Amino acid sequence: MPASEFQATQQTSWMSRNKLAITPWVFLIPALIFFAIYVVIPIFQSITLSFYEWNGLYDADGNSTATWVGLENYKKLWTDPKFWVSLKNNVLWLFLFMLAVPLGLFIALFLNQTVPGMRFYKSMFFFPFVISQVVVGLIFGWFYNPDFGVVGSLWKMAFCEETTNILGNVTFKCSRTPPDILSSSEYATYGIIAAGLWPQIAYCMILYLTGLNNVAADQIEAGRLDGAKGWKMLWYVVLPQLRPATFIAVVVTVIGALRSFDMIAIMTQGGPHGSTNVLSYYMFETAISEYGERYGYGSSIATVLFIIMLFFISYFLWRMYQDEKGGR
Amino acid sequence: MIRHTKTLLAGVAAAAFMVTGALAGDLRINFDDLNPGPKKGFEDMVEMFKAENPDINVIVNINDREAHKTAIRNFLTADAPDITSWYPGNRMAPFVDAGLFEPVDDVWAENGFNEDLAAIKPTMSRDGKIWGVPYSYYQWGIYYRKDIFDLLKIEEPTTWAELMASCKVMNDNGVKPFTIGTKFLWTAAGVFDYINLRTNGYDVHNDLTAGKIKYTDPRIKQTFINWKQMIDECGFVDNHASMSWQDALAPFANGDAAMYVMGNFAVSGMKDAGLTNDQIDYFQFPEITEGLPRAEEAPADAFFIPTNAKNKEDAKKFLAFVGRADVQTKLNETIGQLPVNSKAKVGDDKFIQEGFATVSTAAGLAQFYDRDAPAAMAKAGMEGFQKFMLDPSTLDDVLAELDRVQEEVYK
Repeated sequence: MPASEFQATQQTSWMSRNKLAITPWVFLIPALIFFAIYVVIPIFQSITLSFYEWNGLYDADGNSTATWVGLENYKKLWTDPKFWVSLKNNVLWLFLFMLAVPLGLFIALFLNQTVPGMRFYKSMFFFPFVISQVVVGLIFGWFYNPDFGVVGSLWKMAFCEETTNILGNVTFKCSRTPPDILSSSEYATYGIIAAGLWPQIAYCMILYLTGLNNVAADQIEAGRLDGAKGWKMLWYVVLPQLRPATFIAVVVTVIGALRSFDMIAIMTQGGPHGSTNVLSYYMFETAISEYGERYGYGSSIATVLFIIMLFFISYFLWRMYQDEKGGR
Repeated sequence: MIRHTKTLLAGVAAAAFMVTGALAGDLRINFDDLNPGPKKGFEDMVEMFKAENPDINVIVNINDREAHKTAIRNFLTADAPDITSWYPGNRMAPFVDAGLFEPVDDVWAENGFNEDLAAIKPTMSRDGKIWGVPYSYYQWGIYYRKDIFDLLKIEEPTTWAELMASCKVMNDNGVKPFTIGTKFLWTAAGVFDYINLRTNGYDVHNDLTAGKIKYTDPRIKQTFINWKQMIDECGFVDNHASMSWQDALAPFANGDAAMYVMGNFAVSGMKDAGLTNDQIDYFQFPEITEGLPRAEEAPADAFFIPTNAKNKEDAKKFLAFVGRADVQTKLNETIGQLPVNSKAKVGDDKFIQEGFATVSTAAGLAQFYDRDAPAAMAKAGMEGFQKFMLDPSTLDDVLAELDRVQEEVYK
């Protein structure tokens, strides 16, 4: 046997011997490469960048103009009131966004009945999740508008009277000025969260609806025989069976709250005077927006946001791992 | 979709070919305005340049303004054109500091720009060198409803006291004196700049935006006290924080508000809203501190040569061409703005003529708060202005916060 042929058979035999171990990795390689390029490496790059001060420019020869400042950016964060406002708003988002879970559950329970045309109603309730967040933000922005929005129009009906101004054009005189939700530093964040809740409730609802399909009918039956009704039935029989759905609903809601970027960008751009900023938008504003160009500082905000998210994500992963172990 | 992707790919390929195919006689120009007027003005100007220089092959790349602002940060290093449009003042500072622009003092000296473009020279300079040639600017001031003024028998006010008196008449007759939309912040900076320029003058404006004066300085505080007087005795429309500058045209067009501190570009918006030349007019922002030399807000657009440009010789020819009086006359007639060259002529539009009279006689030209101050300072400053306008009692907090940001930004 010629040497080359011998080698070939040996190689194929090594391949075939380890087929089971190698194959999964071969299939994983493309995903791993892209995950590394688009997720893992950038995470480390932005952490590195957070120790520099950089306006995003390279000089004429292509060298970066960044200068090393160590922990300076983090020290600045500590004394930056806008950072604390953003963090406070993030916490507000986290708590208030959680309302989507129970509200979604109740809508799901309400819709989980056999009535003619129920599929249509279900899809209507699901609709806000299908349309883009940007559209939701835009519509709510108009909705809140004190001049031509629903809020403004209702207010005009109650507190304003129609008159003509000096030029004879129609105008309104109000005994109280209409509320300007998105320009008030106190209420604007709540206004945006309310807008964000609308599609999030729909999302939680659909998760619970699919969960409700899998609720065992025999257990309900058994509960009913034992005299469980109403709240007790829900709390002791139905909800425990919905645990997987609840878990996923909480996970997506937490993540949704932490990356509440698009709504803010479209509704207030962080304003009025920065009072609706959250970390993700503040990061964008300092690093990439027209008045930003402070990539180092932006990266340090990103790093803080990453640490907060890491905390939640590791908890969720740990929970899932525990569940899987339990399931085995 | 697939079709679209294909054409996009083809476009990218063509663009790449264009870049690599650039020859010695090629002059690549990146321009940043796709609006019909400016685009046509620029294209006509390029045709004129080509006719005068048949040996130069001009390749033009016109981009949207916002896209250009992002793209320039890459192309100056990676793939520099021979000429790019950009803005003077602090907006050019990061690029100048990174060594990405070429100084053009020789172009100014050889073509007499030091005299003809004298008013704009300070803002085109940094580190003792001149970095570009401006081609156009426009005036700011107070645009007002002439029909309302006539009805109430109000004259154009020239002093602060007269303005306050006029405001009283308007308020008594149920007209809101000023409209404004501060949702995107910069409109408030226009008001601040003017009150500051009229209260303290051009040098204080420059020292403030250069970080040499604190915001808690008594002079700046006086600016805010005057502003508070304007808010109390004149007043701006309600809900201004939820309106863009275009939204704020609605009460003006309807006759609910009578005045608007704005740039000349607002005139076309006013006309689109149904107002005619007889209904609107312009006056200079009134005097506050008596005898102070009058400085004006006049943001300019300019052309620059990147350091990495391949054909700097022809690029300088183009800059010399752009600064010429006849070229600027023609270009700005099409754009509807003011030529920077003092020997150029202006069209017969009344706003252009009044603007030219205002700007060409000014003692100093400010670029605008957000172009004169560094980006981070401008953002914080404008948010502070908005906060102050919504609630003037927050003044001390606002100023203290601006001082803190200022200390951080200018080190």
